[in-house]
Amino acid sequence: MDFLLQLVVNGLVVGAVYALAALGFVLIYKASRVINFAQGDFLALGSFVALAFSESLGLPFGAAVAVTVVGFFLLGLLVERLALRPLIGKEIIAVIMVTIGLSSVLKGVMYVVWGAGYFAFPTFLPDTPIEVGGVFLSPLHLAALGASALVLVGFGLFFRRSTLGVAMRAVADDQQAALSLGVSVRRIFGLAWAIALVTAVAAGLVVGSITSLSTEGLSAIGILVFPAAIVGGLDSVAGAVVGGLLIGLLENLAAGYLSPIVGVGIHEVVPFIVLVLILMVKPYGLFGTVEIERV
Amino acid sequence: MRFHVCGTYRTRYEDDLRVFATDLGPLCMAAVVAGLALLPLALGDYLVYLASLVGIFVIGTLGLNLLTGSTGQISLGHGAFMGVGAYATGILAGAGLPFWLALPLAGLATAAVGVVFGIPSLRVKGLYLALATLAAQVLLEFAFNLYDSSGGGTSYLRVPRPSLPGLPLASDRALYYLVLASAVLFVWASVNLLRSRFGRAFVAIRDNDRAAAAMGVPVFGYKLLAFSLSAFCVGVAGGLWAYLTGVVSAERFTLMLSVEYLAMIIVGGMGSVVGSVLGAALMTLLPEGLRVAADALSQMMPQVSSVLIGLRYAVFGLVVVGFLVFEPEGLADRWRVVKSYVNLWPFRY
Repeated sequence: MDFLLQLVVNGLVVGAVYALAALGFVLIYKASRVINFAQGDFLALGSFVALAFSESLGLPFGAAVAVTVVGFFLLGLLVERLALRPLIGKEIIAVIMVTIGLSSVLKGVMYVVWGAGYFAFPTFLPDTPIEVGGVFLSPLHLAALGASALVLVGFGLFFRRSTLGVAMRAVADDQQAALSLGVSVRRIFGLAWAIALVTAVAAGLVVGSITSLSTEGLSAIGILVFPAAIVGGLDSVAGAVVGGLLIGLLENLAAGYLSPIVGVGIHEVVPFIVLVLILMVKPYGLFGTVEIERV
Repeated sequence: MRFHVCGTYRTRYEDDLRVFATDLGPLCMAAVVAGLALLPLALGDYLVYLASLVGIFVIGTLGLNLLTGSTGQISLGHGAFMGVGAYATGILAGAGLPFWLALPLAGLATAAVGVVFGIPSLRVKGLYLALATLAAQVLLEFAFNLYDSSGGGTSYLRVPRPSLPGLPLASDRALYYLVLASAVLFVWASVNLLRSRFGRAFVAIRDNDRAAAAMGVPVFGYKLLAFSLSAFCVGVAGGLWAYLTGVVSAERFTLMLSVEYLAMIIVGGMGSVVGSVLGAALMTLLPEGLRVAADALSQMMPQVSSVLIGLRYAVFGLVVVGFLVFEPEGLADRWRVVKSYVNLWPFRY
């Protein structure tokens, strides 16, 4: 029972990271119908850049994070302008491949600058676990969970309350109607990328503070965004959160219970089995909008 | 003999379906094949090996281009399908089957796997299908890893060299001829498939699957056919790769390979046979060129291995993005321009 609880807690922490990464992914898809294969690489780059600011430049960690967030906001605008805008209206494979190309470039930059080694964030919390009802909780994990929740709630409020957030939802809903009400669709596309990159930084910081940083390890999260987003529904922000948590949970439960039976690595496969099942049964996920195609 | 056509004189549908517009075409084609057959006489061992690699990827790219370029079904699983072909060839060859039996059987096995993972195309398409094939990639990769570790974790699947009674086929040069013959066969088959009713049905499905259904094309059947043919090609390519390198291991057939395949058809030109050949050649030789460049660079930079990995990733990504933004029709379009320039020379048009 304690084993199960422990797995659930760990799963939720990992799931929070997936939820953050999937949130950025869903934002871009919702606004511009672009599937972003580079989310994991942006996440990795975010944590590396924050680390570089705090260690090489000697900034306090909070300041390093702030600089990184601003930098990534601008990077998001730039990426949308240079790589995505020329492809508006092109077939899906072109759009998929451009984000794959982008992911490859980012990976290349990270290998050249940081190499293939492992890094760690400075620790500012004691990592002696606290025992609560037989489950060991590391303060670091709790902080990570709290930070993710904070970011997610913040974005939730942003989309409900702020003018910009409402404008973004309007564009996602109906581009022509939004245009006629004076919303600049182009600017919203840029903004979606900018915000998605900021959520990637947030996810990168959270995952970086609970595990070590490596180019391979962090980029791999980008692939797990797909099951999370598909389970929740590709264009649902709430779905991204639920999907992320679910995939995190499933992964940890599979690692705990299935890998002794089937073999090591099964926890990497389970999310994709779920993905195929969802695609076959309910392609638009738990909360996604059902696309009705008319001829 | 017609050497040059100055205008369109087509009066029957058969004229439209001709592979070569002039009698010069077959001559050029024969010259190219003869040149490729004589290539090993002029090149060193390593370059012959590279040429074989290009030939193998030409076969695989033809397969993917049939599925993605012509039928419009995006596959992120072709790297793993290639692995299925390689493992099947390794197992069959290990059981003592000759290569002319092992390769087609491996192709058929891969085709069966391709059909299984093509079944989601019944319900989903476009991006959702791409994600389903991504799942295929992950699942198959896991299966490969299980197979690798089932032998104790240290020994990979070894593939004996192909042999024919009375003919030595053990050397890399002999293998080159096997690859060349297969590649020529697959190019020939692709060109002819695309101008048959099957090819036209594939293109109809790509352009609009509802309209294709309304015109009487059994869409699902043809999608599965495209999946199986495509997987067959890439399975044979995987088998040839297994023969060429002698060892099969899971780490070769990763998502990166699937992505490279997609890059080959993007760079070459979607739905074009010439594009498949050019794209496969460029994207196979590019990393090798980079490796040579990085070797020269390594005198200056100490920790070159991660820089090399990084450079390969970065250049690969830049080439893909560059082609998508600046040359979306791929090398096939360049080839068309060059061809018409040569045809019209010395006039501009």
